[in-house]
Amino acid sequence: MKKKGPLYALFLSLILLLPGCSSIAVLNPKGPSARTLSDTIVLSILVMLGVLAVVYILYIFVLVKYRAKKSNEGYIPKHEEGNVVLEAIWIIIPIIIVAFLSVVTVKTTNEVENVAADYQDQTPLVIYASSSNWKWHFSYPEEGIETVNYVNMPVHRAVEFRMYSFGTITSLWIPQLAGQKYAMSDMLTTLHLSADTEGSYIGKNANFSGKGFAHMEFEALVLSNKGYEDWVKEVKETAPKLTEEEFKGLLATDYLGRKTYSSTHLEFSPPPGNHGDHMSGGGKEMDMDNGNPEHQDNKEIHPSPEPSSGTEFDSKPDPEVDQPLPSSPVDESTHEGH
Amino acid sequence: MDLDKFKVHGEPLIYGAMISIALATIGILVGLTYFKKWGYLWREWLTTVDHKKIGIMYILAALLMLFRGGVDAMMMRLQTAAPEMKFLDAQHYNEVFTTHGLIMILFMAMPFIIGLMNVIIPLQIGARDVAFPRLNAVSFWLFFMGAMLLNISFVIGGSPDAGWSAYFPLASLEFSPTVGNNYYSLALQISGIGTLITGVNFIVTILKMRAPGMTLMKMPMFTWSVLITNVIIVFAFPVLTVALAMMMFDRLFGSQFFTMANGGMDMLWANLFWVWGHPEVYIVILPAFGIYSEIIATFSKKNLYGYTSMVFSMLIISLLSFLVWAHHFYTMGQGAMVNSFFSITTMAIAVPTGVKIFNWLFTLRKGRITFTTPMLYTLAFIPIFTIGGVTGVMLAMASADYQYHNTMFLVAHFHYVLIPGAVFAVIAGFHYWFPKVFGFRLNERLGKHAFWWIIISFNVTFFPLFFLGLMGMTRRMYTYSEESGFGPLNMLSFVGAVGLAIGFVILVYNIYWSTRYMPRDTTNDPWDGRTLEWATHSPIPLYNFAVVPKVETRDALWSAKHENIPLYTDTKYTKIHMPSNTGKPFILGVVFFFLGFFLVFSMWIPAIVSGIGILVVLAFMSFDKDQGYYIPVEEIAATEKKLMRGETV
Repeated sequence: MKKKGPLYALFLSLILLLPGCSSIAVLNPKGPSARTLSDTIVLSILVMLGVLAVVYILYIFVLVKYRAKKSNEGYIPKHEEGNVVLEAIWIIIPIIIVAFLSVVTVKTTNEVENVAADYQDQTPLVIYASSSNWKWHFSYPEEGIETVNYVNMPVHRAVEFRMYSFGTITSLWIPQLAGQKYAMSDMLTTLHLSADTEGSYIGKNANFSGKGFAHMEFEALVLSNKGYEDWVKEVKETAPKLTEEEFKGLLATDYLGRKTYSSTHLEFSPPPGNHGDHMSGGGKEMDMDNGNPEHQDNKEIHPSPEPSSGTEFDSKPDPEVDQPLPSSPVDESTHEGH
Repeated sequence: MDLDKFKVHGEPLIYGAMISIALATIGILVGLTYFKKWGYLWREWLTTVDHKKIGIMYILAALLMLFRGGVDAMMMRLQTAAPEMKFLDAQHYNEVFTTHGLIMILFMAMPFIIGLMNVIIPLQIGARDVAFPRLNAVSFWLFFMGAMLLNISFVIGGSPDAGWSAYFPLASLEFSPTVGNNYYSLALQISGIGTLITGVNFIVTILKMRAPGMTLMKMPMFTWSVLITNVIIVFAFPVLTVALAMMMFDRLFGSQFFTMANGGMDMLWANLFWVWGHPEVYIVILPAFGIYSEIIATFSKKNLYGYTSMVFSMLIISLLSFLVWAHHFYTMGQGAMVNSFFSITTMAIAVPTGVKIFNWLFTLRKGRITFTTPMLYTLAFIPIFTIGGVTGVMLAMASADYQYHNTMFLVAHFHYVLIPGAVFAVIAGFHYWFPKVFGFRLNERLGKHAFWWIIISFNVTFFPLFFLGLMGMTRRMYTYSEESGFGPLNMLSFVGAVGLAIGFVILVYNIYWSTRYMPRDTTNDPWDGRTLEWATHSPIPLYNFAVVPKVETRDALWSAKHENIPLYTDTKYTKIHMPSNTGKPFILGVVFFFLGFFLVFSMWIPAIVSGIGILVVLAFMSFDKDQGYYIPVEEIAATEKKLMRGETV
C-alpha cells in the first residue's frame, strides 16, 4: 500500500496543473463556445477532485487503521448490518452533486447549441462542411466560394457550420473553437462557433472513418474582417469555378491537398433534406431546411441562402440573408429559453 | 469460387502469425496422439456437462483470448509510441483495434465472468449443477466456436476493420468490401446465442435451485450480481441478435437496412448496437461487484456492510443501464433536450455506484484486513475505479462531451472502468477461488509481484491518455505528426503497456509454478470463507455436496463455524441423480462454426448443408432419451471418505 500513495499524489498534482498548460487544446479556448466547454470541464474536474478526496481519505484511513497486525491478532469483528442514516448520506449527497452538474450541463449544452450570447445580434456566416472519403469540403453559399481541406473565417463573427457527409459518419472538430459534431449522409447537423482571436487552429475528423482517418485534418484560419474580405475577393477573382464534373472527380479521390473554387457544389449537389430525396443529384429545388425534424430538436429556421431566381448563387449575397436573425418567432423563444 | 477471398494482404507479421498458428496446431495434434490423450480429451472435456469443467474451459478460453487481445494492445501501443511509426499500416491497425475491442469485451471479459459463475454459482447456492446442464454445454461450445471464427479471420480473409461498434455506413459492403465484417456479424451472432442461453440457464438455476432456507435476501452477493447480470443478458442480447441478423442481410444478401441509399438508416444500427452495447458494459461489471463483495467480506472478516442497499443499487444500475444508450450520440445533433435527458440518466448511475464504494469502505472499517493477492486486487480496484467513475460523470455531461467524444479521454475512461471493474475482478476471483477448484493455492509472493507490476503499469499506460484526449488526440488514429505533440505521452503509455505485459507473464508463470510446487490444501477452506462454496471439498467432487446444506443466515458457512448454526441437520447420504455426458453440444458447435465460415465467404451450398446439419443435431438432441444416471450411496460414501483423508479422486 505504501507505494501507491505517492503515485496518486503525483497524478492528482498533474490534474491540478491542467488548466495552466497551454498545449492542452481543449483547455486553451479561442472562442466563446470552446470557452464555455472549457469552463464546464474545469468545474467538473474540481467537483470530481472533491469526490475523489473523500473516497481516498476514507480509504487510506480504513486501510491504515484496520489492517491485520500482531496487536489485533485473534480479533473477530462484530456483525454489522448497515446504518440507515449513513447510507442515506451517501445517497443524498451524490444526488445533490449530480443535480448540480445536471443544471450546469443543461445550461451549457443550450449555450453551445446556439449562437454565443455576445454574437446574437449578428447574422451567422453559414458554411457548409461536408466530408467525402478523407477530405473536407467547405462551401460558403453567401460568398459563392468553396474550399477543400481548409476553412477561413473572420474573427468576432458568429459562424454556423452545417455538416453532412458523402459517405461514412465523420465528426467535425476544431478543439480550440468548439466541441465536435457528427456529419452524416442523411441529415444536416449544425455547429455554432465564433473565434475571438486571430490565428490558425487545427481541425479534424474525430470519428473513425476508415483507412485514411488519421490524415483527415484541416486548418481553420481565423482572419481579421479585412483579411477575410480580401481573401474572399481574391478567391472570386482568381479561383476557377467548381463544375459538376470536377466535383465528381474530387469525391472519387481518396486524399487531396488544398483546393479553392469560386463557386459551390451546393447548386448541383444539394445537402440532405428529408429522407429519400437527398443525393438525388439532379434536384434543382434546394431543400435547405435543417435536416429531418425527426432527428433534430434544433428546429430553428435559419434564413435560407436559397437563390431568389433559382439560378446559381451569384457573388452578391441574397438580400434575404442580411435580415437580422431573430426575425422568426421560433428563434426568439429558443433564445430566451435559457 | 474465388480463392483470392481467403488471402489476407501480404505482411510479414501476418505470415508470422499464420506459421505460429499452424505450428501450434500441429504440436497440439501430435502431442495428443503421442500421449494417447484423445480419449481423455473427448470423455472428460469435450463431452462434459459438469458445470465446473465447463467453467474451467470458459476460463482457459478467456485466458487464451486475454493473450490474443493483449498482443493486439501491445501492437497498437507500439505503433503509436512515436510519431510517424511504420510498424503497422492503416488497414492492419484498424483490424487490430477492432479485434482488440471485440475480443477483450466479448471473448475475454464476458467468458471469464461466465466461467467463474459456472464454477461458483451452483456451489454458492448449494446446488448440484445448473438447471440445464446440457444446454450449458451448448452455450460454451457456441461461445467457443464464435471466438474461433473471429480469430481465424486474422489469417483467412481478413479481420473486421470498422471498429468494435461497426458503425454503418462504414461497416457496409460499400465502404468495407472485404469479408472482415461478415466475420463480425457471424462470430458475434454464434457466441451471442450461446450467451443468451447462459442467461436463461442461470436465471432458472438461481431462482429454482437454491439450498433450502436460502431466500433471495440470503443469497451471497456474487449470486445476486450474477442473477441481475443474467436478467440484463436476457433483455439485451436479443437486440444484438436482431441487429447482427440485419447486418448479415445487408452484407450478404443486399438488403438495405443501414446503408446510405434506399431509405437505409445508419442511425438505426448505432441505436440497436448501443441499446445492447451499453447494458453489455454492466454485464461485465456487475459480477465484478459481486466478486469484490465476497473478497472484501472474507479478508476483512466482516459481513458485507449495507447488504440491502447493495442489492438495490445493482437493481437500479441494471434498470438505468437501459436508459443511457443515447449518450453515445451527444454529438449527433439530437438537440439539447435529448442530450439533457440522457446526461441526467447517465450521471444518475454514479449514485448507486457510489453507494457500493462507500459500503465496501465501511465493510473494511472495524474489520481485520489481511492483504492476500485477491484482496490486493480488490483494494486496488477502489481508488482506480473511482477515477474511472468520476471521469464517467465528466463524460456524461453532454456539453463537455462535445470535447471528449471519440478522443483518447474516452479511451482512458473506459479502460479505467473496465480494467479494474472487470479484469482485476476476474483475476481476483481467479486467485480467490483457485484453491476451491484445484485444491491448492497460487503462490502469494509471485501473485504480489504480478499485482504490483500490473497496478503500477496500468496507471502508467492509461493515465496519460486523459491528457492526450484533452490535447486533441482522437481514438483509432494509427499515426500522428511530430508537431501534434502527442509523442512523449504516447511513449510513456507504451512503456506502461510493456510493464502490464510483464505483469501478466508473471501471473501465468505463477499458475505454472504453483501447479508444480504448491502444497495441496487439506482444509477445503483456506481463506476462512463465509459462503457455501467453501463448505464442500477441494477439489470439488462431481456431485458438489454429498448432502445438501441448509441455510439460515446470509453467510451460512461463517455462521456454522462461528455461531454454531449447523449446515447439515441430516447427514445420511442418498443416491444422487446426475446428467450423462454428451457429445452433441460439441458437434452442434462445430456445425455452427462451419455454417458461419461458409456464410462469411458466401459459399451457399455448403452453408445450406451446414444449416440442415444444425437442424439434424437439434433433432437428435430433442429425441435424446438419456435421462442421466444415479450415483449409488456406497460410491458417495467411498468418495467422501477418500476426500476427508485429503486424497484426490
